[in-house]
Amino acid sequence: MRYSYYPGCTLKTRAKELDRYARLSAAALGAELEELPEWQCCGAVYPMAKDEIATRLSAVRALMSARDLGNTLITVCSACHNVLKRANEDLKTDENFRLKVNNYLAPEVPYAGEAKVIHYLEMLRDEIGFDAIRAKVVNSFKGRKIAAYYGCLLLRPGKVMAFDDAENPRIMEDFIAAIGAAPVIYGQRNECCGAYVTLEDKAQAQKGAKRILDSAKAAGAEMIVTACPLCMYNLTANAPEGAVPVKYFTELLAEALGVKEVQA
Amino acid sequence: MSGHVNLKDTVLEISGVNPRKCMKCGKCSGTCPAYGEMEYHPHQFVAMVDKGEIEKLMASPSLYRCLACMACVERCPRGVEPAKLVEAVRLLVIRQQGQNHMTTDEIPEKLDPELPQQAIVAAMRKYGK
Amino acid sequence: MQKIGVFVCWCGSNIAGTVDVHAVAEAMKNVPGVVYATDYQYMCSEVGQQKIRDAIAEYGLTGVVVCSCSPRMHEATFRKTAEKAGLNPYMVEIANIREQCSWIHKDKEVGTEKAITLAKAAVAKVLKNAPLTAGTSPVIKRALVIGGGIAGIQTALDIADAGYEVDIVEKSPTIGGRMAQLDKTFPTLDCAACILTPKMVDAAQSEKIDIISYAEVEKVSGFVGNFTVTIRKKARYVDITKCTGCGACMEKCPSRKGKNEFNMGLNTRTAIYIPFAQAIPNVACIDPEQCIKLKTGKCGLCEKVCSAGAINYQQQDEIIERQYGAIVAATGFKPIDLTGFDEYGYNTCKDVVTSLEFERIMNAAGPTKGQLVRPSDGEHPHEIVFIQCVGSRCTEDAGKGKTYCSKICCMYTAKHAMLVRDKYPDVNVHVFYIDVRTPGKNFDEFYRRAVEQYGVDYIKGMVGKVWEQNGKVMVQGSDLLNNEQITIPADMVVLAAAIEPNPGARDLATMLTASMDTNDFFTEAHPKLRPVESPTAGVFLSGVCQGPKDIPETVAQAGAAASKVIGLLAKDHLVTNPCVAHSNELLCNGCSQCEKVCPYGAISYIDKEVRGPGVREVRRIAQVNEAVCQGCGACTVTCPSGAMDLKGFANRQIIAEVDAICKAQ
Repeated sequence: MRYSYYPGCTLKTRAKELDRYARLSAAALGAELEELPEWQCCGAVYPMAKDEIATRLSAVRALMSARDLGNTLITVCSACHNVLKRANEDLKTDENFRLKVNNYLAPEVPYAGEAKVIHYLEMLRDEIGFDAIRAKVVNSFKGRKIAAYYGCLLLRPGKVMAFDDAENPRIMEDFIAAIGAAPVIYGQRNECCGAYVTLEDKAQAQKGAKRILDSAKAAGAEMIVTACPLCMYNLTANAPEGAVPVKYFTELLAEALGVKEVQA
Repeated sequence: MSGHVNLKDTVLEISGVNPRKCMKCGKCSGTCPAYGEMEYHPHQFVAMVDKGEIEKLMASPSLYRCLACMACVERCPRGVEPAKLVEAVRLLVIRQQGQNHMTTDEIPEKLDPELPQQAIVAAMRKYGK
Repeated sequence: MQKIGVFVCWCGSNIAGTVDVHAVAEAMKNVPGVVYATDYQYMCSEVGQQKIRDAIAEYGLTGVVVCSCSPRMHEATFRKTAEKAGLNPYMVEIANIREQCSWIHKDKEVGTEKAITLAKAAVAKVLKNAPLTAGTSPVIKRALVIGGGIAGIQTALDIADAGYEVDIVEKSPTIGGRMAQLDKTFPTLDCAACILTPKMVDAAQSEKIDIISYAEVEKVSGFVGNFTVTIRKKARYVDITKCTGCGACMEKCPSRKGKNEFNMGLNTRTAIYIPFAQAIPNVACIDPEQCIKLKTGKCGLCEKVCSAGAINYQQQDEIIERQYGAIVAATGFKPIDLTGFDEYGYNTCKDVVTSLEFERIMNAAGPTKGQLVRPSDGEHPHEIVFIQCVGSRCTEDAGKGKTYCSKICCMYTAKHAMLVRDKYPDVNVHVFYIDVRTPGKNFDEFYRRAVEQYGVDYIKGMVGKVWEQNGKVMVQGSDLLNNEQITIPADMVVLAAAIEPNPGARDLATMLTASMDTNDFFTEAHPKLRPVESPTAGVFLSGVCQGPKDIPETVAQAGAAASKVIGLLAKDHLVTNPCVAHSNELLCNGCSQCEKVCPYGAISYIDKEVRGPGVREVRRIAQVNEAVCQGCGACTVTCPSGAMDLKGFANRQIIAEVDAICKAQ
């Protein structure tokens, strides 16, 4: 199966390993990820104001490019996924936005949100299937207690993201179970890590991280997995002493599939 | 700053929020992870926008503590979307000349080796224009 | 020569405010066929009616048009008025210039113009009216009550008390419904079972009441006074005439993993079971999903221990058909599914329960024998948080929940809080509320007692997040009056989940051709003036199936529905609607389309010799049973050859109305 792939800025810089393990694992699972040509930054945050048009355009360019290539677009970073998915939904539902975008970008074929955007985890669940992954695990995480950290961006707004039950998701727990580990469910798994506020008020971000990490620890987690580089930063750089370690889910997947050390 | 521009109308227009849908249950503030850091809490944003007390909100540091985590939006039983009001009021401030809350000059001192690019871009988007 | 009189009503300012009623009357004087037109403040008043009668006599009117409110309101009034003056009542037409005109227009000129148009259409129709005579149909003196909760039981008891036979069809193995699951009832705190079970016993002992339990209605045909209902009695694999309810089978049954529905799934039951000690009928029932014998053919222990020989693994569903004069829907409610509401932790924390589950926990016959313990570890809780309005009062764009107030939650939560504090003074009780709604007799006093005498901590604000941490259920919410976000480490959380109609209600409504609102509550014929009747004649409503209500209201409505049924069954004959369909034998092409669309089964096909100009042959043609036809007109619009027509609403009459409207523009 062939997919268009949108890595995003951070996966090319601070979160190279998130990207590398995503590609290695996809290859091992028979999914061909083709990086979108000449992609630009998604904008990092979804602009909520109705009159913000220009700030959503780079996301639209990526979506159009995916539509033109005819493949489903795969994202890994939660923030990129949130921005692309919501911008795409706007193109489907907001006539005013659609009109302005098409007038401004003037594509050969007008764009109305036809591209299909899914997150890497959705590809694992819906396209490859967790059973198929389970069958390919060579290094099982059996006996390990691993907690999923969803954060906000994959889940909310629930109606637009349509990723999972926004209040009681299971996709990452199912992933954890598929690589042989025991998923740990804890209360704060879908609450905010502190996000960009770490630049404004470090203490607030530290407080957010602590609340999540304490909740996971209390539930008996030995490790937390995340999909988002900013969540990773807040849960590690802003973490209290002795906090539960955090890994990217792709790293665990690559390890489980036995491709972690493969040189791409 | 009010004068000829009706601030409330502008906030309602760019946010697309109708604060009259609010039934004043306080669930937004009950769920907000930034509650402790905010001078005005999500339910107050809704009530104060409705009353037209926009300037008080514009002067509040609360604008820069909202995480845009969408918990209030997701959980509001009335579909009010308080976070969109916070964003709209913040834009009223930072869109004015010289009112960027954070500028590129400030970034180097905030950098640490682990800080991901997306955090910087996100902060610049939220705190400046 | 037709002579039509037009009477324009002001309806106070309801019509006259946006319609120049005098101008309407003046304009109508110039319409061909109209010999008299006038306006008056209240046509429906005695004086107004007298004006109509006088005009009929003075001008020798052959038809009357009243320009007034919807025909639903006063058509019957004006028909009777005309009849008193010697005119056939079906020579009266109503032009609805209130609901369809004055109420929706603001501009008086526009409103007046439209009123004139509507009046002209009514004149055009009445000019083509023919006198009609109503027939009669007999009334079957037996009622059917669907649902055996407190609503259905009370309705049946009241009907039986008046001397009429009544059947209760209940889908579960016992009557009793939701009320049987309750521990205590507000605001008096009497034990629910203590006041319900005598009524259940009365129903069982009544010679007039037949309880058909573990059964469902499958098909309804016929019409008011004469319904035919098909009922499926599900196989219980137990002969109810032999079973003594001794319970020996339950003791021996090795399959013990069935979800105990009566205890809201908080514990398990055997595959052969009697739902609860006071069940009626007090006979066992086998759950085929759980029974080892039925699933594998091996076991048969219950059959061996049953000294009455009541077990019958070969039992099949039984279909019965009965006739009724009236039907009462009393299908009740259930709490909503809390999927999607996990910000309150229902599916992730064992110690978060619904209020109905809490009723069972507090009940002496419940899974914990009435001991207040946490479901997770059986420990006594010290801190309980109640959360109100879970899934009630949500907008549609919120994506989950119900738009309405579930009405009963404020009071039962006050009851739970009070009972906990009364029985366990060591337990702290907090209630998060948006509003406390207590508009019932002695209700607010009850709630205040919970606060003032029992020390229940009411917190104005909603909970935003519930999660489990370190053996506690963390409850984070707003304390709006203190402008604080608070987190309470609780031992148990009780959610006042919204209630919704039972899922089967919509299918039943379709069978009954009774209408429902968007929330699947049955619609009443008039929200204020006919609250216990459905718009479908002969179908009545009782209990929560019509809208959220508590026990006193349910019992009051049950009595009201019963009195409506009794009023119907007391008649030997009903006057039928003469506006029924009839088929033109010469035009009918025998295609059966009308038979297929008729919701009342009023049309059949016969082979009949047809005689007409140049025709004399046997043809297959449609025939309408006028006693069964309800005049809905579905057949007339379906008929491809124009053979089917409706008396009083003939095709040529409708066309005349349309023509009049088009000409008026």
